[in-house]
Amino acid sequence: MARLLDGIASLTEGVPRRALASLAALLAVFLAAPWIANDYVLTILILILYFAYTGQAWNIMMGFAGQLSLGHALYVGLGAYTTAALYVHFGVSPWLGLPVAIIVAATAGAFIGFLAFRFGVAGVYFAILTIAFAEFARIGFDHFRWVNGSAGFFLPVANYTQNDLWNLRGSPTMFYYVALGMAVGAFVLCHGLLRSRLGYFWQAIREDEMAARTLGIDTFRCKMIAVVISASMTSVAGVFFAFYYNNLFPEQVFHISRSIELILGPIIGGIGTLFGPIIGAILLTGLSEGIWEVMNAFGFNPPGARQVFYGICLLLVVMLLPDGIWPPLARKLGLGKRPEKPEP
Amino acid sequence: MLRVEDLEVFYGDARALDGVSLQVEEGAIVAIVGANGAGKTSLIRTIAGMHAPGRGRIVLRGADIAGMPSHRVCNLGIGQVAEGRQVFPSMTVAENLDMGAMLPRARAHRAKNLDRVLALFPVLAERSAQAAGTLSGGEQQMLAIGRCLMGQPELVMFDEPSLGLAPAVVQAMLQTIRDLNREGLTCVLVEQNVAVSLKLASRAYVLENGRITLSGTGAELLADDRVRRAYLGL
Repeated sequence: MARLLDGIASLTEGVPRRALASLAALLAVFLAAPWIANDYVLTILILILYFAYTGQAWNIMMGFAGQLSLGHALYVGLGAYTTAALYVHFGVSPWLGLPVAIIVAATAGAFIGFLAFRFGVAGVYFAILTIAFAEFARIGFDHFRWVNGSAGFFLPVANYTQNDLWNLRGSPTMFYYVALGMAVGAFVLCHGLLRSRLGYFWQAIREDEMAARTLGIDTFRCKMIAVVISASMTSVAGVFFAFYYNNLFPEQVFHISRSIELILGPIIGGIGTLFGPIIGAILLTGLSEGIWEVMNAFGFNPPGARQVFYGICLLLVVMLLPDGIWPPLARKLGLGKRPEKPEP
Repeated sequence: MLRVEDLEVFYGDARALDGVSLQVEEGAIVAIVGANGAGKTSLIRTIAGMHAPGRGRIVLRGADIAGMPSHRVCNLGIGQVAEGRQVFPSMTVAENLDMGAMLPRARAHRAKNLDRVLALFPVLAERSAQAAGTLSGGEQQMLAIGRCLMGQPELVMFDEPSLGLAPAVVQAMLQTIRDLNREGLTCVLVEQNVAVSLKLASRAYVLENGRITLSGTGAELLADDRVRRAYLGL
């Protein structure tokens, strides 16, 4: 017990008190939300938590280790299809399907990582490789009869009168708490990773891979670990996706827009930071819903207008805050770890 | 200590090194001089395990290490200060030094090595909490050397340590290398500053188009007419 408490205490070591307090407040708000929020707001909160989670997962590869993936939809899709197929065909609980999904996604990630890192595919070329594999999967699953190909794969729709956590069938509130658990878990995991020796190796690779190699860091191994962890985590989001939406179409799940959607949060919020993916998810989901609400209220809703406004808002953030929202915000709130930034 | 035999290295179809052989005795300063593109950096990278040779042997204390991956070569005590002061710009000076001490061979000796590095470069202690990217060029070079020493190397290969530094700083840098050598560190020095590096070196090699064309003691090469014409402009 004492060791457990020590473990929990070490998690918060070195974190400013104000950051802890705001984190606790944020968590309290999220925990209480289902009692206050209506179903519509709850749906939006679930989306926020989902994107906060996937953002953390993607951030491990790009933000920590500096490897740009534009194909994370691949891991979402693999996780989703694996558990959904096991559930529909064999009645396997998603909790038992989860390790299978993780193994499938981790294997795919390891394969792509091995190809790229062994043969020196880096930077934009690596990004293109990740897109290519997501596209392979999209086209492959379109013709994958076992999961109904392009016609879509459906899970039996839940009966909302009773929650069945074991089979992930139930009310939005249940999904909300599952998503909250995932988001908190991802945050804690990333926090731990960032302060581990591996986390330091990743930062060194991100800053200057050549220099990292001259110091004797096994950069190949470190990058492989980053891809495997990131892919595994992302596949868990896929499991959630499948059981929450109950339908899977290769054209949607593996589509590149899914990959982009998932990386916008951490980019807007601040790449490589722990709070960036959360802030980004809150802002992006809030923004897209908010714009829709406002335009509806004014009775102004020509097709595409919402996307245009959304794009303008993103453009402004990227232009005015190139490091993302969190780093300058953290400095302003006195939560930043490091006030000094190097001159470019 | 280190013997390179008949080393051949290709980048794609281009031959960077063509049958290079050289020897580094324990406790020596060995200079490798040559023009841009002669293959100096390729040689260092290949010895460090960052590039696999097409042919040849790299023998460290009797064991062939050619083709061994760089993280294992590093852990055998071969350190490298790469060209262009590759510090991690947004990490602090202290974090940069810590990164150098992550090698298995050096982890247990971190505190001792840190004391040594900070005694050697007191300015790094003053700047310890500052981001490395905010240091001056000379300070960054000190950090790069200090970070390498944190890995407790027995042989360090310096690639153009004086590149882009002010003349006064260059003198201090070379003095540091001489001091480290007197403390027992074996040094391989790749420099465009030929006159100075030959004065420092106990043994020197001239590398031209991937081949060793001349070798001897530093003094011998300094007196050699070809070296004087080609590299010293005399």
